Amino acid sequence: MAVAESAITRKVVERASGGQRTRDLLFRLSLLLCLFIAVLFLGVLLVDVVIDGAGFLSPHFVTSYPSRLTPDTSGVRSALLGTLYLMVLCGLFIVPVGVAAAVYLEEYADPTRWYNRLVEVNIQNLASVPSVVYGILGLAFIVRGPVDVWGLGEGQPTLLAGALTLGLLVLPVVIIVSREAIRAVPPSIREGSLALGATKWQTLWKQVLPGSIAGIATGVILALSRAIGETAPLILVGAGAFQLFDPKVDGPFSAMPIQIFNNVTESKPIFQELAAAAILVLLILLLLMNSAAIYLRNRYETKW
Amino acid sequence: MERTTPDAAAPDTRPGVRASAGLPKALPKLDKREQPAAAREAVFKLRDVRVTYGGVAAVEEVTFDLLENEITAFIGPSGCGKSTLIRCLNRMNDLVPSARVAGTVLYHDQDLYAGDVDPVQVRKRIGMVFQKPNPFPKSIYENIAFGPRVLGMKGDMDEIVEGALRKGALWDEVKDRLKTNAFGMSGGQQQRLCIARTMAVEPDVILMDEPCSALDPISTGAIEELMLDLKRNYSIVIVTHNMQQAARVSDRTAFFNVDKLEEGKRVGKLVEFAPTEKIFTKPDDIRTEEYVTGKFG
Repeated sequence: MAVAESAITRKVVERASGGQRTRDLLFRLSLLLCLFIAVLFLGVLLVDVVIDGAGFLSPHFVTSYPSRLTPDTSGVRSALLGTLYLMVLCGLFIVPVGVAAAVYLEEYADPTRWYNRLVEVNIQNLASVPSVVYGILGLAFIVRGPVDVWGLGEGQPTLLAGALTLGLLVLPVVIIVSREAIRAVPPSIREGSLALGATKWQTLWKQVLPGSIAGIATGVILALSRAIGETAPLILVGAGAFQLFDPKVDGPFSAMPIQIFNNVTESKPIFQELAAAAILVLLILLLLMNSAAIYLRNRYETKW
Repeated sequence: MERTTPDAAAPDTRPGVRASAGLPKALPKLDKREQPAAAREAVFKLRDVRVTYGGVAAVEEVTFDLLENEITAFIGPSGCGKSTLIRCLNRMNDLVPSARVAGTVLYHDQDLYAGDVDPVQVRKRIGMVFQKPNPFPKSIYENIAFGPRVLGMKGDMDEIVEGALRKGALWDEVKDRLKTNAFGMSGGQQQRLCIARTMAVEPDVILMDEPCSALDPISTGAIEELMLDLKRNYSIVIVTHNMQQAARVSDRTAFFNVDKLEEGKRVGKLVEFAPTEKIFTKPDDIRTEEYVTGKFG
């Protein structure tokens, strides 16, 4: 071949054949189709929910208690407040515990030790345990069991128990995301700090954590938005619906997914519309949180 | 470069000097470079130092004295252990869990690896500048202020920052943008910022691990000039791949080479340690001569 090639043919760029172009085009179209299927279902779902629920969406809907008897004027107040409380308490639990665990694994743990490797593997696995399992765990150990948060609920469901259960559920995610953020701080920054005579503690608090705070905050918000969308664990730890009172940390509580679930199971058609409106409220909350995560990442992320 | 009169704008604020300010005793310190080498005190005394990573020796049989107010260069081919060795001098190797240092490393006759020595205290006295500029993701001002703050140094922070930036020959370039992020500086400026940052904590020795390998020739020139200026008050050890650089700036040069052992094992060894002029003109060892004349490495 090489011998037969003349100087002229080596300089001519071969044109793509028609078959090649068609194949290329078909491949691109099929990729687009797959994307379209995914987006289409989401779009249909959204449109359907908006058509059903938009009519109910009003300030009144957010501030009124839900009711089986007078659905026309009911709302989601107790459920929305329950979700917001859960979010705050869950955040207060997962931020210190999750970040501390991540700091230990990244900065202090010797990866050659078997127990550190065991912890690492387990965290990866815990992140993929079904949420209903966490619900059972919460029921057995936090609501009824030995933890029962200082006997607050005396075996009865409490909001704190729900928040801790959701916290356990998303903790592995927080640890994994925080570890990635901490690992993204280059070793040269740690060396630079230590070489100036800073202690490991000072290096951690003044260089490593500030350098990874944007990543950690983003991860925490995304974890929380997963937590507040969860239904199964809350059903198991005893969250209620149609509650006519505001939730208390040490008392019974409701949450948006539970309220939606209960609306859907009612027989009167109006409850389907109420469920759709409640879904919209939850979606708006989730979108706001995800936007906050994106904003934080873009605004505060350190480009190394 | 003015070298005999202390720069009025960059007063020597090291504790030892400040304590004796006004006393004639403080003056001879600056003139030490005029004295014969024998009169200078040794900053580091290394006796049969051997560094291993996970039991495998990286460099061994290192014995020499590094003198104060001198620039000592470590040269040699890749893998000869010169970076490993310089990291032993301020216990940066402690960060590598598998690293072990055998032999004796004395800093002003104090064993750096004695059981009761805190590596944090060692690094306060012996600063380090790294191969790749590593400014913190903060403002220029905060980069300098970080060290003095964590060490709890007393005094006006603005003055400390200005003093350090002047010592780093950077003040005039950055005085109007102290609050801007250090990542916006050029590579050469970043490296001088890292040197200035080290100056701010008033160390005694500055270790430089290939400080110019990521820089262009003009920035390299600026840093070399800075080093010659700094050696009046500091002792400097520099690892360099650039033999011309060693010849230009250093007073003494240590040449390391790789010994190939059986089974493909390699270990770095100190071949020759002598005044730089001798190393580059009439070295005792044939391997040194071959290396500095470019026959290998």
